[in-house]
Amino acid sequence: MSILRSVLSRQPAGQRVLPFVVILFGVTVLASLGNLLVPESSSLHVSTYTITLLGKYLSYAMLALAVDVVWGYCGILSLGHGAFFALGGYAMGMYLMRQIGDRGVYGHPTLPDFMVFLNWDSLPWYWFGMDQFWFAMIMVALVPGVLAFVFGALAFRSRVSGVYLSIITQALTYALMLAFFRNEMGFGGNNGLTDFKDILGFSLQSDGTRVALFIATAVLLALVYGVSQWILGSRFGKVIEAVRDGEARVRFLGYRTDRYKVWLFVYSAMIAGLAGALYVPQVGIINPGEFAPLNSIEVVVWVAVGGRGTLYGAVLGAILVNYAKTRFTALLPDGWLFALGALFLLVTLFLPKGLAGLYGQVREGLNRHSNTPATAEETTP
Amino acid sequence: MTAHPHSLELFRRDRVWPFLMPPEPRVDVSHQVILYVEGLNLSFDGFKALNDLNLYVNDGELRCLIGANGAGKTTLMDVITGKTTPDSGTVHFGQSIDLLHHDEARIAQLGIGRKFQKPTVFEAQTVADNLELALKTNKGILPTLFSQLSSEQEDRIHSVLHTIGLVQQKRLLAGNLSHGQKQWLEIGMLLVSEPRLLLIDEPVAGMTPEETERTAELLTSLAGKHTVIVVEHDMEFVRSIARTVSVLHQGSVLAEGTMDQVQNHPDVIEVYLGEDA
Ligand SMILES: Nc1ncnc2c1ncn2[C@@H]1O[C@H](COP(=O)(O)OP(=O)(O)OP(=O)(O)O)[C@@H](O)[C@H]1O
Ligand SMILES: [Mg+2]
Repeated sequence: MSILRSVLSRQPAGQRVLPFVVILFGVTVLASLGNLLVPESSSLHVSTYTITLLGKYLSYAMLALAVDVVWGYCGILSLGHGAFFALGGYAMGMYLMRQIGDRGVYGHPTLPDFMVFLNWDSLPWYWFGMDQFWFAMIMVALVPGVLAFVFGALAFRSRVSGVYLSIITQALTYALMLAFFRNEMGFGGNNGLTDFKDILGFSLQSDGTRVALFIATAVLLALVYGVSQWILGSRFGKVIEAVRDGEARVRFLGYRTDRYKVWLFVYSAMIAGLAGALYVPQVGIINPGEFAPLNSIEVVVWVAVGGRGTLYGAVLGAILVNYAKTRFTALLPDGWLFALGALFLLVTLFLPKGLAGLYGQVREGLNRHSNTPATAEETTP
Repeated sequence: MTAHPHSLELFRRDRVWPFLMPPEPRVDVSHQVILYVEGLNLSFDGFKALNDLNLYVNDGELRCLIGANGAGKTTLMDVITGKTTPDSGTVHFGQSIDLLHHDEARIAQLGIGRKFQKPTVFEAQTVADNLELALKTNKGILPTLFSQLSSEQEDRIHSVLHTIGLVQQKRLLAGNLSHGQKQWLEIGMLLVSEPRLLLIDEPVAGMTPEETERTAELLTSLAGKHTVIVVEHDMEFVRSIARTVSVLHQGSVLAEGTMDQVQNHPDVIEVYLGEDA
């Protein structure tokens, strides 16, 4: 009872979620109809390529949201969230591999091609159950969650923070990348998992499945957005923000801040895992490259560009930067990293609160210009 | 339709679920003493910040700690609140609770509240949110995630806002307050947490004379129900509130007594008041 009441009556969270959901679903429905109902000859037709691209952007947006929850709200600069994303992706990839069944190149009834190629005669124990969708979906959240719990408990209990924490998160994702490159690990080595055929019995090549995956990503993004907003709007969220601004002080108020950080980190890692699971069937491959330390740094740039500390900022940043990347790499494939670096530099120097903070920054600038004294405007609703 | 009395009981709005209740600490003050500090030693790279320090504070007392800069006053508070572990010595809260065995969070839950020398409020959050964070409630993760302010808690916050004179600023971000107002907010955060023992480090720094006077009134009114230890350099302020004063010098207690006794103490005259007063 009391839980339900507290969920329903937290109005500010609801006010922040609704506009986001309306815009997200509006775009999703229009794009989906544009693909399925508008004939290809029409200029309003949305190609399947575009649908998949949008779905990919939305799963990146979910990853950015996960990073923003820990970085923007709690000050934990994780440079290793790509690892949780990739682990979720691998869990989904394993399910998709098992779905191939005997349609692989070697036609083995249970073993994926790469295992036949390595002369393995049975599935490693950790592949069992992955042919069940529900089981694989539990793993999508559980594996990143458990890793985040162990990592967080070790790091936060011994009060590792700041740059040191960022560095060990990089080490974590780097170590996982090296491990997943090894063939003996049983995850397809440097080729990773690919050549997927279908998901839940639906062909991954069909337009309908593509649109369905895109819609599923949008719905789950909205759900994650709402849940996150609710968590951050609770007193738990206030504690989290207070930890960001003065962790020692929060301890003296009686909160075990390390536990708060561990559970927030676990929640964030599980969202990243879910994002990875949505990404893999849409791009059709998962390989150890997803663990590359640079990937995790890119996510931080998306969040910084969009505006950390606002969930819509993180989503916006992920979509815009990735759109820019798509356009830019088409023109100048080798220049992207330089462009990304420059973008990060410009944002840190001129837009400390990102695009989401632009409005406030402009208003403040105008205020200062016209010399009107700042009044009690900066209160929260 | 008449509901079963038990179900009525279950759905009462003001019902507090057992898991939401703070674990009630029992502080044994049967010997009238609430804080025992015995034989504390602490050195930072060879520098003795605390040197065989002994201090006993009675339940309900208002005690002032004075001493020159670097005498070890803040360090003593760090040890009591679990921020710093001493090299040797013991600290007991009441007869039975050994504070050196608990961490900062647990010590706060036991009922020891602290106001820092530099005001440290959460600037990105509103005045009301700052107070809500400090409220005396269960500080566990699940209760914090699901609980909402009960009407008593709202009333409590409101009455504290009244006491600290920040009713108008309730929804203002704490970062927009003046220095004096931040000091008050921090005192308010102490009040809503309803501690047994309050450690207050330099409360009137940066306050106007009227604000200082109000602080003096507030602190004296707290004593009795709460135990208060105040560190302050402002001698006039100390004189206006103190019943017992302890003088710290180079990490140990040099003298103890009323303001007059202390000021006439030969050692004190020599090392402290003699120099700059
Ligand atoms: N973490 C630390 N590392 C090294 N030295 C420290 C540390 N904390 C305190 N000290 C030293 O211990 C001594 C006592 O400091 P403390 O802050 O307790 O003094 P104080 O009595 O509160 O002084 P003030 O009136 O200036 O606040 C000082 O000389 C200080 O430099
Ligand atoms: Mg001090």
